[in-house]
Amino acid sequence: MKVTVTVNGKRYERDIDPRMLLVHFLREELGLTGTNIGCDTSQCGACTVHLDGKSLKSCTCLAAQADGREVTTIEGLAQGDQLHPMQQAFWEKHGLQCGYCTPGMIMATTAFLKTNPHPTEEEIRHALEGNMCRCTGYQNIVAAVKTASERM
Amino acid sequence: MTTRIFGSGIKRREDPRLITGQTRYTDDFQLPGMVYMVVVRSPHAHARITSIDISAAKASPGVVAVFTGQDVPLPGVPCAWLVPGSDLKTPAHPVLAKDTVRYVGDGVAIVIATNRYLAQDAADLVQVSYDVLPAVVNPEDATKDGAPLVHDDVPNNIAFRWVASSGDEGVDNAFNEAAASGVVVQERIVQQRLLPTAMEPRSAVAQWDQFAEELTVYSTSQNPHIARFILSALTGVPEHKLRVIAPEVGGGFGSKIPVYPDEALTAWASMKLGVPVKWTETRSENYQVTIHGRDHIEYVEMAATNEGKITGIRGKVYAGMGAYLSTAAPGIPTILHGLMYSGAYTIPNIRCESIGVMTNTAPVDAYRGAGRPEATFLVERLVDRLAAKLNMDPVELRRKNLIPPFENGHNVAIGLTYDSGNYEGALNKLLSIVDYDGFRREQAAARQQGRLLGIGVTTYSEICGLGPSQVAGAVGFQGGLWESAIVRVSPAGKVQAMIGASPHGQGEETTFAQIISDELGFPVEDIEIVHGDTDRTPMGWGSYGSRTTPVSGAALVLAARKVKEKARAMAAHLLEASVDDIDYADGKFMVRGSPDKFKTIQDATLMATLAWNLPAGMDPGMEASQFYDPPNFAYPFGAHAAIVEIDPETGTVALQRYVAVDDCGPQINPMIVEGQIHGGIVQGVGQALCEGVVYDENGQLLTGTMMDYAMPRADMFPTFELDSTVTPSPHHPIGVKGIGETGTIASTPTIYNAVMDALRPLGIEQIEMPLTAPRVWKAIQDARAKGGA
Repeated sequence: MKVTVTVNGKRYERDIDPRMLLVHFLREELGLTGTNIGCDTSQCGACTVHLDGKSLKSCTCLAAQADGREVTTIEGLAQGDQLHPMQQAFWEKHGLQCGYCTPGMIMATTAFLKTNPHPTEEEIRHALEGNMCRCTGYQNIVAAVKTASERM
Repeated sequence: MTTRIFGSGIKRREDPRLITGQTRYTDDFQLPGMVYMVVVRSPHAHARITSIDISAAKASPGVVAVFTGQDVPLPGVPCAWLVPGSDLKTPAHPVLAKDTVRYVGDGVAIVIATNRYLAQDAADLVQVSYDVLPAVVNPEDATKDGAPLVHDDVPNNIAFRWVASSGDEGVDNAFNEAAASGVVVQERIVQQRLLPTAMEPRSAVAQWDQFAEELTVYSTSQNPHIARFILSALTGVPEHKLRVIAPEVGGGFGSKIPVYPDEALTAWASMKLGVPVKWTETRSENYQVTIHGRDHIEYVEMAATNEGKITGIRGKVYAGMGAYLSTAAPGIPTILHGLMYSGAYTIPNIRCESIGVMTNTAPVDAYRGAGRPEATFLVERLVDRLAAKLNMDPVELRRKNLIPPFENGHNVAIGLTYDSGNYEGALNKLLSIVDYDGFRREQAAARQQGRLLGIGVTTYSEICGLGPSQVAGAVGFQGGLWESAIVRVSPAGKVQAMIGASPHGQGEETTFAQIISDELGFPVEDIEIVHGDTDRTPMGWGSYGSRTTPVSGAALVLAARKVKEKARAMAAHLLEASVDDIDYADGKFMVRGSPDKFKTIQDATLMATLAWNLPAGMDPGMEASQFYDPPNFAYPFGAHAAIVEIDPETGTVALQRYVAVDDCGPQINPMIVEGQIHGGIVQGVGQALCEGVVYDENGQLLTGTMMDYAMPRADMFPTFELDSTVTPSPHHPIGVKGIGETGTIASTPTIYNAVMDALRPLGIEQIEMPLTAPRVWKAIQDARAKGGA
């Protein structure tokens, strides 16, 4: 089937298998491999992207469902060389180690701050329950989100 | 004065590519003409294969090939830790099962198709008929007469029986004396199975160049040089024609040390088909077949005097090995476990008997801490049991038995020589941060109100920085444990440092650049650390066992110092001065007494590279290579405390505070050190509170996805309070020890003991981990039914 998806501001038309997952569409059709797959069952959040501005786990969404809509991935977050404040905060606060969960963490938390621009630590920790990290113990991720929220 | 970047928490140099999605993990590689492999896996824990019909799969759209075990001529996957003196059996581990499957997930066929969807479609069409056999999953039950045999050539499923002892007669005497006139405490501990759960699943991309007869394998590996060694043996491609690249690797925690059948099959399929082949496991496959951790059933006891002086510790451990012996598996519950029964204490009599048991489950191997968390748990658990029995404060009991401070070697009864330690120093710092006495008063008041408030305190020492190769050989590890590094300065004054170790999240691209920056005076921006590629790096044994900084880091320091001495000689020649009259500071070599007469290391490098004017006997170039085999292990240590409150109505454990004081010697980058500790604590708390693999009695994995396996989440934790002490390792060139595993080693007993302390008024002494709300709730109900408070 034919789909038209705008990803990071660019329009893509592709003829795809109707069952293709959005994450495979991004990674394999478009070569945007920044979005990772960690669990296949929408627990870990490594594959989080924005669909029409809201966070979405792209491993449990068909590419067909994104037809005619706008997707933002980790590759589309920075403005040229200017990192998004959340990316900058993850870097400064050491909110990542192996980096595999990081794109999903950044996409999930940027969407979260749209709904709650000035969260408490407890609210941040609660908001992260759909994103797993095995390296950092979450503490510096929480600090990064807090820092970004103060700057945005 | 020389400015040092050592000790500075500079931002990581790895991060820009990671936070922008620009890096490449293995599954990100797309090679022209690449096809996808899926492994058809056994749904049974134990069964005989009666037939395999691949005709429908072969006819499925997009299928390139289907192979069964009969088609694949590869030898089995080797076990590489042959623990001596243990009557070790190493049953064959075929890359695909030919006649018998031995656990759920055992591979029986591979399907290769033009994309991953079509490959999975066809895999579902492979028809395998099985005669199901009885299975065994519990490592203690598996040793009993009449238990189903996982391998016919492993009687009673016992793969090995290993004993370490300070002297059996002394141990027996200690326990007999304590039974007669002192105290003995005992516990049966179940160290439940855990899933390492690196966020990146395993993956391999293999590319065979049939003209050059060269094989390239991109692999999610913690140790590409070991992977090359083993893949060469399996595929027959000689090592000089085999390149293993570990690109960005998304965490390992031990699970990416072994070479598994899957990587070998990917390589073989590429050679067979002449096209690049990719295999990436799903999370369910990861949970089925990537190694698990722990899985001990332990009978342990501790002997002491009535005054609380520990006189002995001994344990008998049934260590589940799973269906096959994974790469390092036999070494984990033996060498890395039994030799750590002294913990941070003076214990004159020690004995560990470890029985490695085959079961119809996924193979068990090194998982973060690997043997040491299990040892620390049982030691700390027994100390708390002893304190309760003697009605002593558990901290006072620890203090009575801690090894006194030492700076250069302390022998423990089991035969190890700890390098340096000041356990009481770490404990004192911890207690003051926690306000231990204040907490005990608060707890007494809370108990009056019926609240269940508890504290756990752990003092630990661990063994890392593996290790002297001579020791590796003596304990049966089929490899060395040295590292090597090359430091190369380019004519324009940039540094490339190539290391054999393979960081995968620990930040050595930053910390190792800090080391070189201090040694040679180059800014960090001008230093590149190259790792993870057997064609670009010198040999090394990899990143695990908290060894990268202690071992690879030492090789790097010494290589940099060789470069510095060459640059000094070159500078002296250019300055027409004697080498002995040259001072060095901040990248400049100065004539002593005339600091305006100097040459920079860049000047020296340029002239050494041009080689127009070298001192007599000097070779051109500015580069040095260094091998480093450590003279001893490194022994980080520390003290941790946790405060928990339990809701008596639901059994929910709330972690209120977690305080950690760790000592890994001087810290190259404290920000990174703390990050390692945070992550380690959470993994250890995961074991204590929520994680656990569940197999049913037929060997079906019930925790087969992240929906069923409870990973720790952000909302389970308070902000950790971290501090440190600094006790350098006497044998390391810059005194550093490893920090990758301490959090995991210390936090599980800390939390467990805190929960038991909270439950003490109810008379509860033990609950099997993980301490989930239902288990704690049930223990409270049972205690109340028995008339507890």
